[in-house]
Amino acid sequence: MTGRNGAGANPLREPQDRRLPKIAGPCGLVIFGVTGDLARKKLMPAVYDLANRGLLPPGFALVGFARRDWERQDFTQIVRDAVKEHSRTPFHEEVWQQLAEGCRFVPGDIGDDAAFLQLGNTIEQLDTARGTGGNHAFYLSIPPRFFPDVIGQLKRHGLAEGGDGRWRRVVVEKPFGSNLETARELNAIVSEVFPANSVFRIDHYLGKETVQNIMALRFANEMFEPVWNSHYVDHVQITMAEDIGIGGRAGYYDGIGAARDVIQNHLLQLMALIAMEEPTSFDAQSLRIEKEKVLAAVELPRRLDLGTARGQYAEGWQGGVKVPGYLQESDIPDDSRTETFAAIKLAIDNRRWAGVPFYLRTGKRLGRRVTEVAVVFKRAPHLPFTDTDTEELGHNAMVIRVQPDEGVTVRFGSKVPGTAMEIRDVNMDFAYGGAFVESSPEAYERLLLDVLLGEPPLFPRHEEVELSWKILDPIIEHWEKKASPEPYPAGTWGPSSADAMLARDGRVWRRP
Amino acid sequence: MRIGLSNTTSAEIAAELVRARRRAGSPAMGMVLTLIVVTGESEADAALDAASTAAKEHPARILGVILGSKRGVSQVDAEIEIATGSGGEAVLMRLQGEVAKHSESVVLPLLLPDSPVVVWWPGKAPDCPSRDPLGALAQRRITDAAAAPRGKSAAMWTQCRYYEAGNTDLAWTRLTGWRALLAAALDQHPSRVTGAEVTAQRISPSAELLVAWLAGRLKVDVRRKVSRGPGITRVRLWTKDGEIRIDRPDGRVAMFSTPGSPDRPVALRRREVPELLAEELRRLDPDEVYARTAAALLKVEAEPGRAAS
Repeated sequence: MTGRNGAGANPLREPQDRRLPKIAGPCGLVIFGVTGDLARKKLMPAVYDLANRGLLPPGFALVGFARRDWERQDFTQIVRDAVKEHSRTPFHEEVWQQLAEGCRFVPGDIGDDAAFLQLGNTIEQLDTARGTGGNHAFYLSIPPRFFPDVIGQLKRHGLAEGGDGRWRRVVVEKPFGSNLETARELNAIVSEVFPANSVFRIDHYLGKETVQNIMALRFANEMFEPVWNSHYVDHVQITMAEDIGIGGRAGYYDGIGAARDVIQNHLLQLMALIAMEEPTSFDAQSLRIEKEKVLAAVELPRRLDLGTARGQYAEGWQGGVKVPGYLQESDIPDDSRTETFAAIKLAIDNRRWAGVPFYLRTGKRLGRRVTEVAVVFKRAPHLPFTDTDTEELGHNAMVIRVQPDEGVTVRFGSKVPGTAMEIRDVNMDFAYGGAFVESSPEAYERLLLDVLLGEPPLFPRHEEVELSWKILDPIIEHWEKKASPEPYPAGTWGPSSADAMLARDGRVWRRP
Repeated sequence: MRIGLSNTTSAEIAAELVRARRRAGSPAMGMVLTLIVVTGESEADAALDAASTAAKEHPARILGVILGSKRGVSQVDAEIEIATGSGGEAVLMRLQGEVAKHSESVVLPLLLPDSPVVVWWPGKAPDCPSRDPLGALAQRRITDAAAAPRGKSAAMWTQCRYYEAGNTDLAWTRLTGWRALLAAALDQHPSRVTGAEVTAQRISPSAELLVAWLAGRLKVDVRRKVSRGPGITRVRLWTKDGEIRIDRPDGRVAMFSTPGSPDRPVALRRREVPELLAEELRRLDPDEVYARTAAALLKVEAEPGRAAS
């Protein structure tokens, strides 16, 4: 356990002492867009959960910035309500009091110089009154189009530089741009003000816990790696399905669509983790090198029309509830061509994966909420049974369930009890724990802690972001030249073109 | 669902566990360890509840063992409970008569294959847990000196005296919050510590361990002062920069004072047993830091004439 201040010198820390958590040094967190859903449902509860687990420094400060006419106590009340409603760990008044004393609010507009002056003053006051020591992280929980302004303001008011022994960090949320060009522009703006290791890009779908679970499964075991290649694997399906529609996010979602929203970051990251070679170590740097190699080896299908599919949900019944179609959602233009379902087929041109297609799909208003990776194996080269015996035997599969109910399922053939020889697929299940969801830290907790500790993030650096856009840009350009996306009834598993896309290869989508 | 079996055997209990699981819809056996809880009749319910709560984080087969009188005809009675949802299961066994001398023979067939075995004595623990017949089955043996019915300080000393790799005591687990704060304080003020002081209620095994840990790590004399509690109420470290002080008068919120910074409140709640147990189950390898601290405690305590001032 090495800390930032040369903790080798700290006699109370020793590497064997694994009970002692790393506690972030003195610091504060400034949230822009504190009125948003994400801030209330995820960020504030995560801050509280960290405090409750004793991982925040004494004197931690939480500053809200928003265009609201609030006083400090209004803000504190809102944080308290958010925490009480959404936090993972039980509410303790004493933990809350510790947090509440560090809550501050700065009202104002992003373009408003006076507000940023006040923000600067607030931060300075916190440094003296709470001992935050000049260390502050800025969390931009705002639409990406405001990033340049906020970052410019931070620079103009001298808030982006910590100075001697103090740090300033910035957290940005996906999407990181909307294509290669805008991603580069965004990166140019951010990197002009903050050095690369002070920028934390967050993909909240992909928690560090999940990444580490996949790493452990693949590289801590001997029984999976030998078959993890094109000799045994027939194809891989990566699915992220949501049962909800776009809800109130019309402004954000329309014009972005499923591919940019989910495939560019989440699914390509999952694919890279599943397909990459073993990193030399598990630090962020080595991991990134391996992921970048996979992303750079991705090959698009030659015929984009046959190797991709997209859809848009239409009115239908989702889980017993009648729901409107995408075009009927409020604030969506009648002629919107934004896709709410996207499926693509990718190849990875390296020795391990030559000839193994990776099918990626995501969508809204699908059958149920699930994220999983299914590694589907080839059939045995010879079956010493009659055809009728194995009629119901499918492909062996190993399914890594990411959410909900994180775990692993293995599917294999088993004899049906009885005198006749009949072989049928069965499941073997592993779950990461009965109440895993309750007791394992939320993605946001791990992530905020990384930001405050200054740990190099497992989250993508701009090189990976750019590689992902290089994969996705040609597909989106192709789609833009074509007609509208194919409608699919809400509550189903997507448009028929997605099924046809796999049928052409003689395969079917798993029903997750 | 609770199933009672009277005058039974390990084989019947094992068969009933399988049947009960089937009845519950064959939930996946996601259990990661076997937790043996050796308890008295009066504290059995509380102990098993605590174990079940901890098992939410670490799905476990919980085997509660109540050892009755060792004389008379042998009899084993069992109550089986399959938790809904979490995938864990619990058996509470009452051993009477001669079989109480051979409790390991009842427990051994019920251990989960391959998975780690942990034994926990929520109350009175054997002096040498690793040589206890049930303790010998486990790779991790959890005692709680503070829960000893009497002679808590002596119990702590005995546990340190008979430490074997794999032993641990909840008095040590209770210190994690304090230790984390103190380590964080020195992260921020990396200057040499010249002296230390621990204030706690008169009888507090945790305080003795904290004194030993600080003395062992910092190589300074650590004063032990007495307060009314609850538990540990104050720790002071003197450094070249000035004094680092953590005051926790109410067992809930501490005031954290370091040189050159404003005083800040920090939550430092005394944790409940299920939380402590869950922390213990997180790591099942020997706790080397505890081992060294136990050795240090024997050194400190062995000093003749040392009295709480």
